[in-house]
Amino acid sequence: MSKVKDAPPPPPPDPQTGHESTQALLRELVAHLRQNRTQLREEWARRITRAQLLTAMTEEEIFAEATSVYDNYVEALETGTFEALQAYARNLSERIIPRGVETHEVVGIVLLLRDVLARSLFAKYHEDFTKLNRILDAYEPAANRIANTVAVGFVQERERIIRQQQEAIRELSTPVLQVRERLLILPIIGVIDPQRARQLTEQLLRAIRTNRAKVVVIDITGVAAMDSNVANHLVQTVEASRLLGATVIVTGLSPEIAQTLVTIGVDLSEMATVGDLQGGIEEAERLLGYKVIPFTEATQQA
Amino acid sequence: MEVPILKQGHYLIASIQSALSDADLSQLREKLIERVGKFRARGVIVDVTALDVMDSFAVRTLRDIAHMARLRGSETVIVGIQPEVAFAMVQLGLTLKGVATALDLEEGLEFLNQQGQGHGRLDRG
Amino acid sequence: MGGSTVADALRCLIGSDADVVQARQMGRELASQLGFSPGDQTVIAAAISEIARNILMYAKRGEVQFTKISDGTRPGLIVVAEDRGPGISDVPRALQDGYSTSGGLGLGLPGARRLMDDFEVVSAVGEGTRVTMKKWKRVNG
Repeated sequence: MSKVKDAPPPPPPDPQTGHESTQALLRELVAHLRQNRTQLREEWARRITRAQLLTAMTEEEIFAEATSVYDNYVEALETGTFEALQAYARNLSERIIPRGVETHEVVGIVLLLRDVLARSLFAKYHEDFTKLNRILDAYEPAANRIANTVAVGFVQERERIIRQQQEAIRELSTPVLQVRERLLILPIIGVIDPQRARQLTEQLLRAIRTNRAKVVVIDITGVAAMDSNVANHLVQTVEASRLLGATVIVTGLSPEIAQTLVTIGVDLSEMATVGDLQGGIEEAERLLGYKVIPFTEATQQA
Repeated sequence: MEVPILKQGHYLIASIQSALSDADLSQLREKLIERVGKFRARGVIVDVTALDVMDSFAVRTLRDIAHMARLRGSETVIVGIQPEVAFAMVQLGLTLKGVATALDLEEGLEFLNQQGQGHGRLDRG
Repeated sequence: MGGSTVADALRCLIGSDADVVQARQMGRELASQLGFSPGDQTVIAAAISEIARNILMYAKRGEVQFTKISDGTRPGLIVVAEDRGPGISDVPRALQDGYSTSGGLGLGLPGARRLMDDFEVVSAVGEGTRVTMKKWKRVNG
């Protein structure tokens, strides 16, 4: 490190301890970091490249981001508050995550900055060992907190984005099929967790409205087991569909699931069920295609 | 908030325009029942498309309307329940059991027509 | 009667029918601002409607307070409905709920509790009731 311009004279020592307070030390530190901003930032950017971090970004991009990270870092040191830094970290993460930047890279570069700054402190105060110790004592906790804040912000943002993407994928893979006019089929396969169940219901209800469906066939042949929560959810789906004027036929009800439904108090005689999907579709077509049948026969339906 | 009630042939159509307080709902119920008797309506359609919330009072009132209308020889259909509202209703355990529902006004009219002609119909629970 | 802002909380006094509507619309609006899904906004509005109506019916007057919260990863909404009415003598019984979906006229407290993430009722006969409900924005929308 080349010799730098002297910092402003240090504040008078604390009358009680005879030393500068932590606040005063941090102020001195911040001043040093600001004065040497250009070279420290460059040093840091060089080390980032050497450590092969942020390879998904160009050098110009790294430098641009490095500048704002540096400034936010120093500001956090100065103010001692971390909300702004956290907000910035989330913001930054939102930008770089789609570029493929990973957690270890972000943690890596923040630690690198911490080290670059620490080394510059060594260089500046190496002749005053006591002072150096005290400044490091002031710097270390703050620097670690900063690293932590940035890392946590990044991870939170990453998790948020992943959830968002998962949601989008689920939306795209909506299994509600329109096979005939006014007839929708919802085949449910596999393990259904409460969140997926809720999402399926919402998709189905929206589809009923969009397609003006009058009959819906929900096929649960592919569902292995259903706990009472999800079974309850199925019943709710049937009822909500009815509120939108659609009749629901449930097909593929296994004896086990039928048992679960009975256990939670569902009156199976009130739920239209048919053995298999094909049978369900035929029943649905019959319901839809039907124009005039004698009234007495109608009262014996369902 | 007055709810406009239109007469269309033998049917009465009540179109709710905005959020209703409990007092508004009660008033609607009174008006509808009165008119069902007065015009000897054969069907009542209550369009709740504009309601963004259906709570227990609203559901109770609609059931009362359907019940009282039936006593006077008229069938009631509730139309226009929004998907989110339907979902919230079933989660809260509010059901319109015993009351016919349809997607919208057009479907509601078709339902009443089929009813009136003594035809069989899709089971409305 | 109306809404006002005090610190982080928004308040709605309950003294009339129209206030119940206002309280639930306020709740919906706040939920919308926080990014809750339309389905959850409706659920919150319905729950508020039930609880606010209880205040009106049994205590004649009371207050609903809304507070936006966050746990760092997601926003949430706290709704506190308070009154100095007759109070509930048997709170556990009032909260009793079965899973039966052939529910009769609507389940008020139990229904609202089932939908909220946190739900607490504090009540003393002759002193009043406070219902505290909390809902977090859902992770998967």
